Amino acid sequence: MSNSFRTTNSTGLINKDKKIYFTFNGTIYHGYEGDTLASALIANGVHLVGRSFKYHRPRGFLGVGVEEPNAMVQLHDGNKSEPNIIATEVELVEGLKAKSQNCWPSVQFDIGEINNVLNRFFPAGFYYKTFMWPKSFWMKIYEPFIRKAAGMGKAPLLPDPDRYEHNYEHCDVLVVGSGPSGLASALAAAKNGARVILAEDKPNFGGSLLTDEVTIGNMSGKEWASDTISQLKSMPNVILKKRSQVFGYYDHNMTVMIERVSDHIENPSKYTPRQRLHYIRAGEVIVSTGSIERPISFGNNDRPGIVLASAAKEYMKVYETLVGKKPIIFTNNDTAYSTALEFIKNNIEPIIVDTRDSSNGELVKEVQQKGISIKFNSGIADTKGHLKINSAIIGKLDSSKESFISEETVECDCICMSGGWTPTVHLSSQAGNKLKFNDDIDAFVPDKKRQKETAIGAANGSFTLNQSLAEGFQVGFDLSNKFTDQNNPTNSPNSNEPSYEKHEKLWCMPLPSGKKPKRFIDFQNDVAVSDVELAIREGFRSIEHVKRYTTLGMAGDQGKTSNLNGLQYVSKIEKKIVPEVGHTTFRPPYTPVTIGAIVGREVGNHYLPTRKSPIHTWHEENNAVFVAAGLWQRPRYYPRGSEDMNSAVNREAANVRKNVGICDVTTLGKIDIKGPDAPEFLNRVYTNAWLKLPVGKARYGVMLREDGMVFDDGTTSRLSENHFHMTTTTAQAANVLSHLEYYLQVVWPDLDVNVLSTTEQWSGIAVAGPKSRDLLSKLFPDVDMSNESLPFMGLVDSSIDGIKARIYRISFSGELAYEVNVESNYGLYTWKKIMEVGQSFDIQPYGTEALSTLRIEMGHVAGAELDGRTIPFDVGLNSMVSQKKDFIGKRSLSKDAFTESDRQTIVGLVPLDKKTKIPEGSHIIEDNSAVAPIPKLGHVSSSCWSVEYNNPFSIAIIKDGKNKIGKNLYAVSPLKDISIPVEVVSSHYVDPEGSRVRS
Amino acid sequence: MLEIKCPYCGKRSQNEFSYGGDATIKRPQLGEEISTEDWDNFVYYRDNPRGKHSELWHHVSGCRQWFKVSRDTATHEIFDTCKMNEDFNV
Ligand SMILES: [Zn+2]
Repeated sequence: MSNSFRTTNSTGLINKDKKIYFTFNGTIYHGYEGDTLASALIANGVHLVGRSFKYHRPRGFLGVGVEEPNAMVQLHDGNKSEPNIIATEVELVEGLKAKSQNCWPSVQFDIGEINNVLNRFFPAGFYYKTFMWPKSFWMKIYEPFIRKAAGMGKAPLLPDPDRYEHNYEHCDVLVVGSGPSGLASALAAAKNGARVILAEDKPNFGGSLLTDEVTIGNMSGKEWASDTISQLKSMPNVILKKRSQVFGYYDHNMTVMIERVSDHIENPSKYTPRQRLHYIRAGEVIVSTGSIERPISFGNNDRPGIVLASAAKEYMKVYETLVGKKPIIFTNNDTAYSTALEFIKNNIEPIIVDTRDSSNGELVKEVQQKGISIKFNSGIADTKGHLKINSAIIGKLDSSKESFISEETVECDCICMSGGWTPTVHLSSQAGNKLKFNDDIDAFVPDKKRQKETAIGAANGSFTLNQSLAEGFQVGFDLSNKFTDQNNPTNSPNSNEPSYEKHEKLWCMPLPSGKKPKRFIDFQNDVAVSDVELAIREGFRSIEHVKRYTTLGMAGDQGKTSNLNGLQYVSKIEKKIVPEVGHTTFRPPYTPVTIGAIVGREVGNHYLPTRKSPIHTWHEENNAVFVAAGLWQRPRYYPRGSEDMNSAVNREAANVRKNVGICDVTTLGKIDIKGPDAPEFLNRVYTNAWLKLPVGKARYGVMLREDGMVFDDGTTSRLSENHFHMTTTTAQAANVLSHLEYYLQVVWPDLDVNVLSTTEQWSGIAVAGPKSRDLLSKLFPDVDMSNESLPFMGLVDSSIDGIKARIYRISFSGELAYEVNVESNYGLYTWKKIMEVGQSFDIQPYGTEALSTLRIEMGHVAGAELDGRTIPFDVGLNSMVSQKKDFIGKRSLSKDAFTESDRQTIVGLVPLDKKTKIPEGSHIIEDNSAVAPIPKLGHVSSSCWSVEYNNPFSIAIIKDGKNKIGKNLYAVSPLKDISIPVEVVSSHYVDPEGSRVRS
Repeated sequence: MLEIKCPYCGKRSQNEFSYGGDATIKRPQLGEEISTEDWDNFVYYRDNPRGKHSELWHHVSGCRQWFKVSRDTATHEIFDTCKMNEDFNV
């Protein structure tokens, strides 16, 4: 039986000398090099590939390419497993494993098929109607059921082992599709000197020229295609891409194309990406995407073995494969006769059923001359055959073509149907083109363009070869002329193809007498004629509503074969013409795209950049546990031996209070501010006064947004008359710079100030604790570190082993503290030097956890309090707000809500039992026994273990906080089922007078 | 993804820029007496036009300049871009 459905000719594109073995549903088959999974299965007589989405009906191949709605399979297994792959798009490769999906236990016997028997309970809108109530059933019963029933393939649970890449391209002209018009336009544009990219989804260039019996110039269509491709290949201004689908058309002529780089290669090298995503910014896009054949709706028109006529022809001509040996051709137009002729060439006599009364087309005559009689004025009423079609009921149509006058049963093993052609307008529509309805071809074609996009050939509704070529050469030349001055047109060669008579406007057959079989319109979404009828009967009028109610044309398929038949049927029932019904929106992607390709190389550690301080290696060598602070990696704590986090943090923090600690603060944002108006600028940016800050002094500053909320804080120092050094929080560094640039460039361009980020130029090292002065005196013997000479908020320039250093006397910990800044390259050296000299002072490094503990105990606010919802008053910074001058956001502070006497304020919280830690984010309430909803007073912003008092301590922001000090409240965390009685205290828990920093 | 012409650097993809809102908003003068209503209009209220919109963009991953863009909010067509101290040509 192996490959018993191969033709005997060898005019196609497969290599019968090279066998390729593959597995489908556990059975080993072979195909040949050049086959797709679909053609190889059909050659082996396998048509049953899957079960339909809703009714689990047996389904086979309908198409031969991207239009295939049924044959979705699961490929490979393990971490390479991939669901919902269209079998017609999979090139056969040795060892390929594929299986059917949406069936259990097997594709031959599927339990879900009961849905088909019960189909009157599964009408359109079934999910909406049935699963609405009771509400409690949704999560536990309905949703799991729908998931199981509606599931297509299975996503792998393991990480994707393959490599995907992104590529950015620019070109003058992008040509999408390499049929006759695409090739012509690419050739014309390239010969005129434009930079051209030609994209073709299939493994071979040529489109319809690979299957149509035509001549161009003195060559066959196929020869002309390969001749044109070799011309294009030789030109340096042309990029040719096959296996490449342009699936999305976005703004400003940005298109995205997926290239299947190594899926078809048996053993690709380790560094070959599996797929590559190309972002192509094109000057002009030529949409030469061709057209897709339309099915016809008739009873049980979805059985395996029922295919599009054009697909049957392509299987024969390109893949040397017969979809069946007893074919029926069913058509409303002339083009299907070329499929009939191809069967005849293979010594098979098809039965031809044509809905029309007659046709004088050249192909029709040719078929008749071969002695084949044609059943005109007939249609297929119904079909039989469970897992594969075995017969059809052919009916004679009455004059109105609304019913059959007689019926006969005819044996067959396939039906090749053709309802005419639909231009593939998806990309044009995505580009914003307003489509218009072309009555001659009964389909929408591009009309008013919004972007630089031009449809040509069949995609533009030009179905003759002459017209396609002429458009291609003309448009390729015209568009390329926008980019070059060569003015070198290429003439269109003469071409020859058979003439065609018009199609009949009939896409839905009447029902057979006495029966109501399903007549499918959308195979992928299992939408039948009766579903559309129901939607309209239930009052859905807008085509967008009908689409959503019935799911017609949705999901991965995007209605490639179903849209127009659906519209046509709605217009028939509504007695409107199709343009009045309108069409639904075509959305990207045109074909399904793997998530891996979209993500590209941005996985794992490459998901985001990682920023490391120059001292990072020391932290690593000294057992630091790191934490992400934005993009930065910061030491969180440095455990010793078997210490857990809490004990390490407590030890580090206590050592700062008792001796001296060292902390890497390189990540703080630093901005260099220069210019004669710098003091005035700072005065406007910060809430406090800056004009009189002496040179050599630092000052703490708070900046607001215009809405009055605190934006950021930090210390800024005056290095000289017109030169300042600003520090920002780590988190807001980039935003503060943009903020400053905005005010300097947009609002106050008259100010003569320049700002520049110097975050990465300086390495910052905090040295904090009562012994820090003695340590620094030893490190910098030339500097007088006394309180008189270098007081709190003073700064001094010095050097350490010849390295220039700037010493700021600033403190975040609340202790006597300094910050040593050196050029980044010397950060590590300086750190090590301080550690070395610090040994005799019991120095210990401390991480971000201890840093937080120290600032929380002192009541210093940080990001958790400055969360964009607090004004200075709320966080105890009212004294920082100047009454004398104006600044950014000041006017907001006098608004009513911001001056209410019981506004939220920062407070401290201590649990009454002095033991229970209060989770950050807990709500503060007054009455623990109250019935919900309980009024919320505020929330806990920061929590720590106070090393000073050896009990938990938290900062909270609560309503009327200043009048709540001394009271007992509750901190509750309903998610954790926690309720903790707490006492409200001052947020300045340790050293409220601030004497230590000034000591 | 839009393609935006920075008046300083030339055409670049949108991901190099950040959006800065309505370019026609004028901040009240420092120290100016202003009603709460006028202040709120400045801080919070913005027109949301369909069609031509004059707006600010910041070339954050480039020259770090703020500049003006005249863009159609419905079609994304960009009519013109210019420096802060210039006016649109179209
Ligand atoms: Zn720029």
